[in-house]
Amino acid sequence: MSNRIDVKKTYKLYINGAFPRTESGRTYEVKSAKGAFVANPCLASRKDLRDAVVAARAAHAGWNKATAYNRGQILYRIAEMLEGRRAQFVDEIMQVTGVTKMKAEKEVTDSVDRLVWYAGWTDKIASLAGSTNPVAGPFYNFTIPESMGVVAAIAPETPSLLGFIDAVAPIITSGNTVVILASTKAPLSAMTFAEVLATSDLPHGVINILTGKKEEIAPWMASHMDIDALDISGLPAKLHAETKVAGAENLKRIHSFKSADPGRIIAFMEAKTVWHPIGL
Amino acid sequence: MSFYGLVDGSDASLKSYLNNLSGVDQVGAEARAAMLATRSIKTSSKRWAIDTAITMVDLTTLEGADTPGKVKALCTKAVRPDPTDSSVPSVGAVCVYNDMVSVARTHLDLIGGQHVPVAAVSTAFPSGRASMAVKIQDTQDAIDAGAAEIDMVIDRGAFLAGRYIDVFNEIVQIKQVCGDKAHLKVIFETGELVTYDNVRKASFLAMAAGADFIKTSTGKVAPAATPPVVLVMLEAVRDFYEMTNTRIGVKPAGGIRNTKDAIKQLVLVNETVGPDWLNPKLFRIGASALLNDLLMQRMKMDEGYYSSPQYVTMD
Repeated sequence: MSNRIDVKKTYKLYINGAFPRTESGRTYEVKSAKGAFVANPCLASRKDLRDAVVAARAAHAGWNKATAYNRGQILYRIAEMLEGRRAQFVDEIMQVTGVTKMKAEKEVTDSVDRLVWYAGWTDKIASLAGSTNPVAGPFYNFTIPESMGVVAAIAPETPSLLGFIDAVAPIITSGNTVVILASTKAPLSAMTFAEVLATSDLPHGVINILTGKKEEIAPWMASHMDIDALDISGLPAKLHAETKVAGAENLKRIHSFKSADPGRIIAFMEAKTVWHPIGL
Repeated sequence: MSFYGLVDGSDASLKSYLNNLSGVDQVGAEARAAMLATRSIKTSSKRWAIDTAITMVDLTTLEGADTPGKVKALCTKAVRPDPTDSSVPSVGAVCVYNDMVSVARTHLDLIGGQHVPVAAVSTAFPSGRASMAVKIQDTQDAIDAGAAEIDMVIDRGAFLAGRYIDVFNEIVQIKQVCGDKAHLKVIFETGELVTYDNVRKASFLAMAAGADFIKTSTGKVAPAATPPVVLVMLEAVRDFYEMTNTRIGVKPAGGIRNTKDAIKQLVLVNETVGPDWLNPKLFRIGASALLNDLLMQRMKMDEGYYSSPQYVTMD
């Protein structure tokens, strides 16, 4: 069998449920921790971002309208699919980041558990962030948190899988759709995770994944008028100020997070207050 | 009637005229359309193309649910596509059903849109399944209500059954009703004609019968204005110009939803019939959603960032 030709994987983007190459035709090199060549993923351009936003916008109405219970089921399904492909993720994490097998396995386990944890939040977050408000009149007054629309995110460099899941899962939990730029140095986990998503009953366009350079894509994410909010947790701190300025045109909500907590879900929700007359 | 001296109005002369047409090389037409679609139009050329495409849009609403309010809103958008930017030109025409023509004409005149013509779809649109008397009355009604352009459908059943003379006579009669009051656009519904040979045949038939424009589709049948179909029609128009020295217009309609598609159409026009046709008098695009995408692309070029459908009017 030694003369068999290797079947190597082409790492492509994940947009609208499909795996297209970048429109620009560019790639860049990903190296292992020891400096050996690993893969040539796509170097996404602003036009790939534009296409991804169109897909995310189109997917929002359906995903937002799905019941919280259904969104929870799908998030749980993603966790199931990830669990079934542990070995591949462990290998890729070890290869690119150079961590020990034990650490890589822990990252994958934490990722699966984190997805299950977010799955549980889908039908509870409205009770946590919403309220019934006392008002001086014959009304019930509710505040209900709703999804914002299309949220863009920049995943942290490491941990390449767990950090990625901590960025996308809270955004889609509430019914937003997302366009995310994966870790530049370690994009393999994110792109393999796209294959998990493709088999998880997640509607096309809810999660769209790009690979490429943060400093190239971030300004376009910030200025895009059809992106409602932005998670810049993975963006170097020195770029935060100018990104916030660029995002001011359409009053984009721009956040950065350090940990996984329900606040990450609530940050990408908008409060809607409803007055309902009583006793009339 | 002379029919450019190409036919004498008899079945025999029409048959010999159509049978003498060269066939269409299907593979060649598709390859050429695909090759032209790869042209990259950027910066100032793109800006020119966007503004030109806006002036060529026949802004269309052809729904059973059309209300006078919706038609008025459409007319307002036709005159001033972007309310925040007066440098955006008006569109080529407003295209509505017959009974909405007077609503559209009155509203356009009211808001300073005298320069925007109203086009009416006619002759039992979209199927064309009615008696000739009904089709003539349908057309007369639209002209009386103020339509300056008539978009008629051909009887595809007759065409596919080989009764070309029936189709020919229909177009001739409708052209007589239009007279010099209205431009006549003839819709083939290319998705139902099936082959490129049929599209070429229908093009020559309609042009000889007196069409001012030939139009691909009603928008109700897919596939509609695919680039190879438009290419075949443009080539027919080019050949007809060489034969008769008369310029016939082309109107692709249906399926052209974004700026990229529209610019591909303009490239086809420029490369097939030449820049003379890059003019709303000779080239129109039947569309509704397209206009918003053109406006968003225009904003992107002006402002430097991608726009959102939230910043253009809803249809």
